Amino acid sequence: MQQEVIVAGFGGQGVLLTGQLLAYAGLLEGKHVAWIPSYGPEMRGGTANCSVIISDQNIGSPLVEEPGAVLVFNQPSLEKFAKRVRSGGILLINSSIVTGEVKRQDIQVYRVPASQIAAQLGNDRVANMVLLGAYLELTGAVSTESVLKALAKVLSKGKSGLLEINRKAAEMGALAVRRSAAAEA
Amino acid sequence: MKVLMKGNEAIGEAAIRAGCRCFFGYPITPQTELPEYLAKRLPEAGGVFLQAESEIAAINMVYGAAGAGARVMTSSSSPGISLKLEGISYLAASELPCVIVNIMRGGPGLGGIQPSQSDYFQATKGGGHGDYRMIVLAPASVQELADLTAEAFELADKYRNPVMLLGDGILGQMMEAVSFRPRTALPAQDKTWATTGCRGRARNVINSLYLDPEKLERHNRHLQEKFRQMAENEVRSETYRTEDAEIVVVAFGTAARIARTAVDSARMQGIRAGLVRPVTLWPFPDQAIKSVLASCRALLTVEMNAGQMVEDVRLAVAGARPVHFYGRTGGMVPSATEILREIQNIAGVAYGASVS
Repeated sequence: MQQEVIVAGFGGQGVLLTGQLLAYAGLLEGKHVAWIPSYGPEMRGGTANCSVIISDQNIGSPLVEEPGAVLVFNQPSLEKFAKRVRSGGILLINSSIVTGEVKRQDIQVYRVPASQIAAQLGNDRVANMVLLGAYLELTGAVSTESVLKALAKVLSKGKSGLLEINRKAAEMGALAVRRSAAAEA
Repeated sequence: MKVLMKGNEAIGEAAIRAGCRCFFGYPITPQTELPEYLAKRLPEAGGVFLQAESEIAAINMVYGAAGAGARVMTSSSSPGISLKLEGISYLAASELPCVIVNIMRGGPGLGGIQPSQSDYFQATKGGGHGDYRMIVLAPASVQELADLTAEAFELADKYRNPVMLLGDGILGQMMEAVSFRPRTALPAQDKTWATTGCRGRARNVINSLYLDPEKLERHNRHLQEKFRQMAENEVRSETYRTEDAEIVVVAFGTAARIARTAVDSARMQGIRAGLVRPVTLWPFPDQAIKSVLASCRALLTVEMNAGQMVEDVRLAVAGARPVHFYGRTGGMVPSATEILREIQNIAGVAYGASVS
């Protein structure tokens, strides 16, 4: 199995960190991982994205051509990446911020009000974790526990209190896509 | 234990573990995380990190530190390496060991900041003036960046010569799992040639100026003998699925990683494809390429440049087989799909020919 995912949004939304947590979680589960950030003459508020590969085998090309899933946190990223999702793949949209249409019929589109859910939890900065939780629910790429373990390693000592809200955010994200799947069925 | 690290940071950590205690450099994308990492870690390890006023200053500080027997490194990206070339020629002429890292970006000129392999000629064919050679190591993963960094210091000391680690923006920026294997570093006191203060012993001289042409030719002969030994002993390469390969792709670094995926895809379509990945670009692995020719009908060199290593592949093949080329330039990276299409074309799939 090889999971290929792109996370895209504005700089400052935790886009690069979300990808890193996913890669780190894969590593903790003994898988092969590669994480590549977009890098360029970018600034806070500009667009940022990263690609992550999690694989049972040695990773050949570390680049993601046709992602199996894309997590979209802003409008420009929707325009840029919706067309690259592999046929049958997953497009996860933070619908609190991104309202644009998706014309493709051959992919699964999930709209999760991630920023709204995060705000209800009391910290709008965990919107990334809401969408990541939804992604994990849909793909089982890694376990939520591994992601939280990775987060615990990344967080500085004074901030370990943030773990709980991140756990809740991931759960709410998972719940949101479970509900939408149930509604369709 | 494996940790998740950026390629640039892994080079820094591997350098410290290899006993490097001096770094002189100047920031440039896409390698700046390396000096950033060392700025923090080297002082903790009792070393010296210095951001020089320019690349030219940095390489000459490397000359000084290497002359004093220190394990020393500098790093830059393409335009910055061009600035260092005069110093690299001096280091080779004066037989000073050091490690130079080039995390390549698109050129020529100031170019861009996206990944490229367009400094192959510069790295392997001299770059600076005069008859000199240096070992050029081309890693293809974050793990190999760490391993070859450690090896680079050992090779530099072994031959008293600069060694270049040649990566690209993707390798520098990407995060992969890496573990640092313990290695033993040569103790500094073995460098009996170093200028460390001559009380109690004869004076050591580090110099690259020989105004007497007879003496300069003698020095050149000595250097050439050393380069010959490097060429004989230090060739490294890797082959992948070449045993029965009809189409052999030759690629290094990031391009080789992408080519490996294309080779797997070709195999799934029944095309017998394989890959030769030079790990040392100089000395170039001629033998590894010659050894796959028996089953091979044609070769395809893939590079992130307009065609540089392909010249060395053609020299190794010496006209025995056709050598094709596919490359992207300016920071564009060839995709596995593009490489697969090239393999298919060469295999004749596009024309309906049998490839069984």
